Amino acid sequence: MDAVKRYFRSPAAVTGLVLLLFVVAMALSASWFYPREPLALAGRPLIWPFSNPRFLLGTDNSGRDIAAQILYGARISLLIGGVATLIAIAIGILIGAFAGYYGGWVDTVLMRITEAFQTLPNFVLLLVLVAVFGSTLTTVTIAVGVVSWPAPARLTRAEFLSLRNREFVQAGRTLGMKDIQLILGEILPNALPPIIVYASVIMAVAILLESALAFLRLSDPNVASWGNLIGLGRDVLRVQWYVSAIPGIAILVTVLAVSLVGQGLNDALNPRLKGR
Amino acid sequence: MRILRLAGRRLAASIPTLALILIGVFLLLQFAPGDTVDAMMAQMGGGDAATATELRKFYGLDLSIPAQLGNYLWRLVRLDLGFSSIYGKPVASVILERLPPTILLMTASLSFAFFFGIVFGVIAARGVNKWPDTLISILGLIFYATPSFWFGLMAIVVFSIYLQWLPAGGFENIGALQTGIWRTLDIARHLVLPTLTLGLIFLAIYLRIMRASMLEVLNLDYVRTARAKGLDETRVVIRHVLRNALLPMVTLIGLQAGTMLGGSVVVESVFSLPGLGRLAYESVVQRDLNTLLGIVFVSALLVIIVNFAVDLVYARLDPRISAEG
Repeated sequence: MDAVKRYFRSPAAVTGLVLLLFVVAMALSASWFYPREPLALAGRPLIWPFSNPRFLLGTDNSGRDIAAQILYGARISLLIGGVATLIAIAIGILIGAFAGYYGGWVDTVLMRITEAFQTLPNFVLLLVLVAVFGSTLTTVTIAVGVVSWPAPARLTRAEFLSLRNREFVQAGRTLGMKDIQLILGEILPNALPPIIVYASVIMAVAILLESALAFLRLSDPNVASWGNLIGLGRDVLRVQWYVSAIPGIAILVTVLAVSLVGQGLNDALNPRLKGR
Repeated sequence: MRILRLAGRRLAASIPTLALILIGVFLLLQFAPGDTVDAMMAQMGGGDAATATELRKFYGLDLSIPAQLGNYLWRLVRLDLGFSSIYGKPVASVILERLPPTILLMTASLSFAFFFGIVFGVIAARGVNKWPDTLISILGLIFYATPSFWFGLMAIVVFSIYLQWLPAGGFENIGALQTGIWRTLDIARHLVLPTLTLGLIFLAIYLRIMRASMLEVLNLDYVRTARAKGLDETRVVIRHVLRNALLPMVTLIGLQAGTMLGGSVVVESVFSLPGLGRLAYESVVQRDLNTLLGIVFVSALLVIIVNFAVDLVYARLDPRISAEG
C-alpha cells in the first residue's frame, strides 16, 4: 500500500499513468468510433487536419482516415509491445534462472549464447528474422520478442546469483524440495520485482523497434500501424508533412507513457533509490 | 602492458562468440525462402532447371548443410565473404565501400551524444531539482521516446524544405565534383541532420546516466575533502568528480555500440546515405542473403572492436581495473 501511495505522490508517474490510460482508451474505443475497416478508402486523399469535420485528422495519400488509423494503430502498438515483452521476459527468466541457479558449465554456455545475442546489433538480427520468416503480425511480434531477451536474462541471472544461497533457499533445500520447486516457488517470486520494472523498458524499445520496421515497410502491411503510416507519409513529406507527423506523436506519447510508468514503479518499489 | 594483455584476453574470448553468431545466422538463413541461385536466376530473367543445378553445383549449394557451413567458415578465415549476385562483386568489397559513411555517422553521433550528455548531465546534477534539472530531465525523457526516423523526417521538413538550410539526404553533392576541404565541408553539411537524428536517443540515455553518476560521486567523502581544502566548485567538478563519474558513461558506449549500428539502418534509410545500414536493408528487400550474412559478420566485428577500445579507455580512466586483473 505504501508503494501505491508513493507512486501517486510523483507527478511524473501520475502523468505517465494518465497518458497510458489514454492510449489504452484509444485502443479500446477504436471500433466504437470507427466501426469500418481503418484501411478502407474513406474520402478524398490528402485532406488537411481540422479542415473537414468528417476527417478530424485528415486523410492520407490514398484517402484513408488518419484518425481511424491512429486509434487502430494504438491496438497494434500495445499488442505487439505487450506480447513481445512477455516473450522476451519469459525467455529471459528461463535462461537467466537456469544460468544463475546452476552456475558452472550451464552458466558458461547460456551466458555465451546471451553474449552472442548482445554482440549482434538487435535491429540487424530483427532484419535477418524478418528476411527468413516473412513479415506477418505474428512473426514480427515473435521476432521483436526474440531480439529483446538478453537484458532480462542478465538481470534474472544476477538476482538468482544473489538469492540462491540465502537462508530461506537453503531451508527449502534441507526440506528436500526439488530444484524446479526452489527456482519457481522460492527464488523467482523474490527476483521478480526488478524484472517487472525492467519490462517497461523492454516494452518501450519493442514499440520503437516495431514502428521502425513498419516505417521501412518490413512489417505487416495489412494492419493499421503507426509506423506504416509514417512510412506512407514519407512520399508526400514535402507538402503534406502531417501524414507522417501525426502518427509519430502517437508513438512518442505511448513510449513516453510506458517509460514514465516504469520509472514511477521503480521509484515506488525502491524508495531509497529515489532521485538517482 | 598489463592493460593490453587484459583487453587482449577479452578480445580472444569474443572469438567463440563471433563463431556462435555466424553459425547461428547461417543455419537460420537456410530456412529463408529462395537461395542465391534463385536470386541470380531472377536477376537474369529466369532460366531452365539445368542451369540452376549447374549454378548450385558451382557455388557449392548442392552439398549438405554442415558441409556448406564448413566451407563458409573456412572461406571466412581467409576473409572471403562470398559473392553478391545482386551487386555482381565480392561481398567484402561491397561492404568495404559502404563502411566509411556508417563509421563516420556513428563516430559523429557518439561524440555529439557523449559531449552534450556530459554537459547536460553536469548542469542537471549541479542544480538538482531546480528548474534547469527539471527541464533537462523532461527533455531527456522526450528524446528517449522519440522514434529516430520520425525525428529525421520532421528535421527534413523544417531544415531542408522550409528553411532550406541543410540538404535532405545523400552523402555528398555528386554533381559538384569537389575536392579537398570543400568536399569535407560538403560531407559535413550532409551529415548534420543524420548525426542529430541518430544521436538524439543516445543523448537522452547519456545525460540521464551522467546525472545519476554525478549525483553519486558528489556525495563521496573525497569530494567533501576537496571542498574542505577550499577548492572552488568548478575545480571540484572538473578535476575530481568528472573522471570518476565518466566510468559508467564509457561502459555504456560498449553496451550501446550494437544499438547504434542498428539505429543507423533506419537513419541511413531516412537520409539515403550509402552506408552499411542501408545495405542491410537493401539486402533484405532484394533477398541477397550472402551480403546479409556478411553484414552480420562485419557488424558483430565492429561491436567487438568498440568493446575492445572501451576496455582500453576504461583501464586508462581507472587504474584500479588493470591492477586487479
